[in-house]
Amino acid sequence: MDLSLSTRTEGDRTIVEVGGEIDVYTAPRLREQLVDLVADGKYHLVVDMERVDFLDSTGLGVLVGGLKRVRAHDGSLRLVCPQERILKIFRITGLTKVFPIHSSVDEAVAATE
Amino acid sequence: MATVELSFSALPAHVRTARLVAAAVARRSGVDEAVLDEVRLAVGEACSRAVHLHRRHCPDRPVMVTLTDDSDAFRVAVTDQGPSDDAVDEEPGLQALAESSDADVELLDDLVPPGVGLAVISGLVDDVSVERGTGADGRGLVVRMAWPTSS
Repeated sequence: MDLSLSTRTEGDRTIVEVGGEIDVYTAPRLREQLVDLVADGKYHLVVDMERVDFLDSTGLGVLVGGLKRVRAHDGSLRLVCPQERILKIFRITGLTKVFPIHSSVDEAVAATE
Repeated sequence: MATVELSFSALPAHVRTARLVAAAVARRSGVDEAVLDEVRLAVGEACSRAVHLHRRHCPDRPVMVTLTDDSDAFRVAVTDQGPSDDAVDEEPGLQALAESSDADVELLDDLVPPGVGLAVISGLVDDVSVERGTGADGRGLVVRMAWPTSS
């Protein structure tokens, strides 16, 4: 399965819905999406990974890059990740301490710093 | 002799193929269904790391993957022909990069440190070993991983 991407706005947050596989081949498209949003002045992002089937360290690198980009504008990047098998790689790499991770989009949208 | 051997040109698109083949052979070898995600991720990380190094140093050389159904285990070896330089695997981890304030974002996005892939593999797989300088000219690295089989 390839990568699918779509965005929508909820209040001051921009939700990026990601589906499929984020790996060394598809990650550049996610990076482009995040770069475009920041260039467009969207600094409060929620990346919804509920429909992600696969995520590797290349994908993590892109998410970390996105986090650093929004932080440069005092923004935020929250992750929605209800799946244990995807959460595992965040734990292994220590990134659970870096990203706010939520179990639903509603929870992420309601969250404040 | 390996059950299935895969040699692919160092392009990101082929890493998915390697993952799919590895998972299929693992399933056939009797690896528990619940562990197949782990096999997929570990093989993907090893192959991504190899593709990344080849693209920087030797884009014309293929990446090798051998998948072996042993009597008691499913064994995978991913062999690259990158430079035998330990330093490439000693770059800072993702968490350190995320928390530092001055890391170059562009650099980070294009170069997930090769060491991160190995760190993920060691965090994921119990039976793993890394051997350096295995190629004829002292280049390369082999990541060997194994999972128990039930049959």
